[in-house]
Amino acid sequence: MRHIISILMENEAGALSRVAGLFSARAYNIESLTVAATEDPSLSRMTIVTSGTDEIIEQIIKQLNKLVDVVRLMDMTDGPHIEREMMMVKVRAEAGQREEFKRLADIFRGRIIDVTESTYVIELTGDSAKLDAFLQAVDTGKIIEVVRSGVSGIARGEKALTI
Amino acid sequence: MELTGAEIFVRCLQDEGVDLLFGYPGGAVLHIYDALYQQDKVRHILVRHEQAATHAADGYARATGRPGCVLVTSGPGATNAVTGIATAYMDSIPMVVFTGQVPTNLIGNDAFQEVDNIGITRPCVKHNFLVKDVRDLAVTIKKAFYVATTGRPGPVVVDIPKDVSAARCEYSYPKKVRMRSYNPTVKGHAGQIKRAVDLMMQARRPMLYTGGGVILDNASQQLTELARQLNFPITNTLMGLGAYPATDRQFVGMLGMHGTYEANMAMHNCDVLIAIGARFDDRVTGNIEKFCPTAKIIHIDVDPASISKNVKVDVPIVGSVGNVLEQLSKQIGAVKTRPDPEALAAWWEQIEEWRGLDCLKYDRDSELVKPQYVLETLYKVTNGDAFVTSDVGQHQMWAAQFYKFDQPRRWINSGGLGTMGFGFPAAMGVQLAYPDETVCCITGEGSIQMCIQELSTCLQYGLPIKIINLNNRYLGMVRQWQEFFYQKRYAMSYMESLPNFVKLAESYGHVGMQIDKPQDVEGALKEAMQLKDRLVFLDFITDQNENVYPMIPAGAGQNEMILI
Repeated sequence: MRHIISILMENEAGALSRVAGLFSARAYNIESLTVAATEDPSLSRMTIVTSGTDEIIEQIIKQLNKLVDVVRLMDMTDGPHIEREMMMVKVRAEAGQREEFKRLADIFRGRIIDVTESTYVIELTGDSAKLDAFLQAVDTGKIIEVVRSGVSGIARGEKALTI
Repeated sequence: MELTGAEIFVRCLQDEGVDLLFGYPGGAVLHIYDALYQQDKVRHILVRHEQAATHAADGYARATGRPGCVLVTSGPGATNAVTGIATAYMDSIPMVVFTGQVPTNLIGNDAFQEVDNIGITRPCVKHNFLVKDVRDLAVTIKKAFYVATTGRPGPVVVDIPKDVSAARCEYSYPKKVRMRSYNPTVKGHAGQIKRAVDLMMQARRPMLYTGGGVILDNASQQLTELARQLNFPITNTLMGLGAYPATDRQFVGMLGMHGTYEANMAMHNCDVLIAIGARFDDRVTGNIEKFCPTAKIIHIDVDPASISKNVKVDVPIVGSVGNVLEQLSKQIGAVKTRPDPEALAAWWEQIEEWRGLDCLKYDRDSELVKPQYVLETLYKVTNGDAFVTSDVGQHQMWAAQFYKFDQPRRWINSGGLGTMGFGFPAAMGVQLAYPDETVCCITGEGSIQMCIQELSTCLQYGLPIKIINLNNRYLGMVRQWQEFFYQKRYAMSYMESLPNFVKLAESYGHVGMQIDKPQDVEGALKEAMQLKDRLVFLDFITDQNENVYPMIPAGAGQNEMILI
């Protein structure tokens, strides 16, 4: 099953490589990984999307907790949560298709953020499934470039990953 | 007063109570060596290869329980140390390894003797630190010792660039250190303790399976008391030998691939398994699908990641072994129920039947020197009281089977990584820690040659180690597998062109002996032990075809042992 694991860790050089090294050394799946400093500059927040059996997910969580730099960890998938990913898609938008892309972007609550005579860049935010759906709706031949941020997640309600 | 980084380094070791530092100098650590030269509290031991420095520090740590300390230079100094670091990591040995690094302004420039040592060691350390500012040096060293010695112990690397050891700042060594990201659980959860005791009291065929964690936490006494209180059979892993007295009736021997028949059969047939400071290693479990099919499992470990990693357990207890054993003992005192005495008696009867098979028997009438006989005789001659280090292979298994350890920290071997070349330098660390004790290194002609250069170190420091070389002119364990599983195609397992070990020992100023007749074994060992201030290299020319029995072949269950 797919899990979204959020980690607060010491914002130190090499912290990212400890996590990435753990996943490769133990042959765990990693679908996406995002990391940035938090409002407290001594802490980084990392979001990992991974998948595996319950036993493997249990091991992943234990092994991550075992890393000396990891301060706190939360498996978002345990409770209600919000998942967001940002995507920018550059499409070939020439006369005749421009209206169609505009409509498609509106349907998916996307925005056109760059326009040239022959291209659009469309920005979309949502969970990963929504972004996948958008890409499926576009004629593959028209896509020039896709860039996705990877998933970020946050728990709903009072529950929070803080120290 | 401001001190240099090098002086701060030395003061930190002094304040940490470090008495021995194993190392080898080089460009990036010259400032530190200069500071070491000008003091006499921390004794530096100069090895002949950095791998030996880490193994010696490791042996010191295993024998004393105190963290081993190593100092090596950047680049090749650091990479040579990696095997020893990985060895310590696999066996959870507390160790702090200081590596020199090129100056901070050169890091990443492919400077002379530069490697990314933090990157190279990351997967085989508990943690590592790069010190970029001299003002962080003292607190980082404190953290390194704290992390290495608490929770599940392990090696920690501190990488010190040359300019950091030259820079100056005020020195103060923190008394305590707190890390918000590191806080091991040491006390067992009360509810889990209760559940574990309830399960233990319902057991009809209980089994205690204990590992290196008992020794690391100095919990042998608590374990022995608990086992005796319950009259449960007990087995130790290779790493756990000595945690429970091997000569005691309740001890059924080591378990696993070359464990005893009775230990493995008791494991396979038990209904409640109490695993204490052990990690269900593949050499213990055999085929995991066939492991303990009828048992409910209680697992006590300080490392939560060890629990339910290989085998799903029913009652996990996270905590330090000593604490949890005390909690269990207290809870047992508080409940009225006890295991059914008739069931327990029948269980013991069954175990005695298995034990009656005498699975460690060997040909005692052979004209050739049997390795088992050498070890039995060594046990006798040393009154079972020596510190015994070992290398890796057949001799290691025979030592584990035939030397009966009644005390913890006497048996020192590379269990997890299986590092050939470990035994001899580890013996140096033990002998330096206990100059008046008998220290024997059980080895073979393959393993000993992997760190043979340390004969020189032993001469320099007068280390009277007794090297028991079981010389069968084969890489014996490889040969055994080739005999069993590769139709006797002995690919590259034959050692040609061996040196004359007697002359080799003598050329380093030591005593060498060669023994090739069974009737000479005891006399030679006695003579060697009487040479209290000399290193003696005993080269036993043993039976080339002897195999280690019994054996669980790959893919088999614990109840499917090959007996002789």
